[in-house]
Amino acid sequence: MEAAAVPQELPPDRGAHELFGYVGIEAVLEQMKVKTMKMGFEFNIMVVGQSGLGKSTMVNTLFKSKVSRKASQPGQEERIPKTVQLRSVTHVIEEKGVKMKLTVTDTPGFGDQINNENCWDPIIKYINEQYERYLREEILITRKRKIPDSRVHSCVYFIPPTGHWLRPLDLEFMRRLSKIVNVVPVIAKADTLTLEEREEFKQRIQRDLKAHAISVYPQEDFDEDPDDRLLNDRIREKIPFAVVGADQEHQVNGKRVLGRKTKWGIIEVENPAHCEFPMLRDLLIRSHLQDLKDITHNVHYESYRVRRLNESNRPALSSNNGLPGSDEDGDESNL
Amino acid sequence: MPFFLALQNDDLRNLSLSGHVGFDSLPDQLVNKSTSQGFCFNILCVGNETGISKSVLVGTLFSTKFESKPVTEGWHEIFFQVTSDRTRGYGRKFYKPIVEYIDAQFEAYLQEELKIKRSLFNYHDTRIHACLYFIAPTGHSLKSLDLVTMKKLDSKVNIIPIIAKADTIAKNELHKFKSKIMSELVSNGVQIYQFPTDEETVAEINATMSVHLPFAVVGSTEEVKIGNKMAKARQYPWGVVQVENENHCDFVKLREMLIRVNMEDLREQTHTRHYELYRRCKLEEMGFKDTDPDSKPFSLQETYEAKRNEFLGELQKKEDEMRQMFVMRVKEKEAELKEAEKDLHEKFDHLKRTHQEEKKKVEDKKKELEEELNNFQKKKAAAQLLQSQAQQAGSQQTKKDKDKKK
Repeated sequence: MEAAAVPQELPPDRGAHELFGYVGIEAVLEQMKVKTMKMGFEFNIMVVGQSGLGKSTMVNTLFKSKVSRKASQPGQEERIPKTVQLRSVTHVIEEKGVKMKLTVTDTPGFGDQINNENCWDPIIKYINEQYERYLREEILITRKRKIPDSRVHSCVYFIPPTGHWLRPLDLEFMRRLSKIVNVVPVIAKADTLTLEEREEFKQRIQRDLKAHAISVYPQEDFDEDPDDRLLNDRIREKIPFAVVGADQEHQVNGKRVLGRKTKWGIIEVENPAHCEFPMLRDLLIRSHLQDLKDITHNVHYESYRVRRLNESNRPALSSNNGLPGSDEDGDESNL
Repeated sequence: MPFFLALQNDDLRNLSLSGHVGFDSLPDQLVNKSTSQGFCFNILCVGNETGISKSVLVGTLFSTKFESKPVTEGWHEIFFQVTSDRTRGYGRKFYKPIVEYIDAQFEAYLQEELKIKRSLFNYHDTRIHACLYFIAPTGHSLKSLDLVTMKKLDSKVNIIPIIAKADTIAKNELHKFKSKIMSELVSNGVQIYQFPTDEETVAEINATMSVHLPFAVVGSTEEVKIGNKMAKARQYPWGVVQVENENHCDFVKLREMLIRVNMEDLREQTHTRHYELYRRCKLEEMGFKDTDPDSKPFSLQETYEAKRNEFLGELQKKEDEMRQMFVMRVKEKEAELKEAEKDLHEKFDHLKRTHQEEKKKVEDKKKELEEELNNFQKKKAAAQLLQSQAQQAGSQQTKKDKDKKK
């Protein structure tokens, strides 16, 4: 798109000088677009929740491809692991010339044990490890032109659709994690709740989150301007999104749609009247992806860096070596 | 090397999408962020003869009048800043203040980057993205001062050489002049900015434009009527030199290259090449190495923070000293004022006393006077009485005399 060489009407005088004639500065926006398309994007997403809540299906639906292997597929050797493991899978996907390196980190074993104490520790350790990796690259004398970014940009937390309240596990997890990463809570398998039950559940969750001062994405503190605030307020009213995942297509009204087929009807995943999956997808990908990355880089990574640099020189990292997040609320004063 | 090529070397799986996901909006998301935040573009104009119309040229480029101080422009939602620093050059160490200035901007950025609590994302970037080097239109060759200066600058900033006031050179001479300059630059190993040719969208235009380096330009902010339009031009008795006429000068090419095609690349080169070089040299100067096996990863930060704390400590000390001095001065002044106050009080008391004395004197005199008055009245009364008595006695005597005569 080459800028047209026609002198344009000047906007009302904003700067110290008036610009007369045509200069062509907005061509730089096009240059930036070309540059980013050449460079490609990275996006790292983590899904957390008990097994059976449809995490893998959700990720596949989000990215319209077989990103994760479902744990319930036949032939799968592994059972539910005894401890929380973290598994990352990376793919390169491309759409209309835009290339994205997508990394999905799954957390099988989370919340599945009888005693789930500290099951968040491996997750926190993983997230901090990614920050550490980036930090070490950043402080090298001779650094890479582009530092590979493995930091988790968003952590989608799956809430079981009990319809009652957030469980202590949910609260504890979200409280700890929202301090170091963007947490996006969703109500999983929402097709088991009627619309009223869904609404009440959401209200209760929102109250719970507020009562415990848990700040999930989009965080109020980081709204940049009134427009942002307006947009994000609307999103905050609807959080957590009630989602349904599906990777099979069915015929509805002559169209092929993604959905779950039951005896009493077909739940269309992309139908906003049925579930809020489209809103989740829009938030994560179509409108706020860059914002998720920016908050991760400008806020969470920076506060990790501050904490790390304020510590006296400790050698290698291990999860119990005084890492922020794995301690008991010791570092709240720094946040 | 483009990033995604590096990805593919890692044996990553390429997935095919079965529907529209929607992340093709990513470049737009990114660009929207930039436009709302604004970005900076800083141009440095260097030329070793004052009078080479630097500010006029930059003004013409951006269609406005510039003073030689940084200026903020607004255009739609893009805010950028053009720093047009005029350099005065008188030879010899001409390049020194320029190099120092460029380094100072890098240093400021580096300091921000090394801080513990930093805010890079809204840092006001003052690093120089492009250096327009103005070559005097002698028509012969590059001055040795120019060569030396450019060599000092080429590893620090993107240099774009320009022949200034090109309307003083005839066309055929100009061609020879340009070739001479370019060959001298090459033979002296001066690395001027290369317009990028690896990206297909710009490769062609960059290649064709590079041939015309250095750009011979004429600048003007005045408009002259040509035919039935107004155009930027310089009017001479023998004709009009039109700035935007590509037959007359290379101004349009310069604008094309600088702004419309390569602005982003200039910024990127500044950040990823020139700044990184500066940073590496600076840190190595301070004694840091990457390959030290025992290297404490954050000793760099620590040393830096220590230095900064030292500096802050000194500042604090100075502040305290100033405060002490201030307090002392205040005390002195206070004492002075108190003295003055005491004096005044004394004076007042003295005056009061004097006043009292005077008053008393007056009162005393008054009393005296009254007494005298009283005495006088008494005397007067007494005298009158005597007089009346005498009169009575006299009239009685007369009566007696009258009676006797009868």
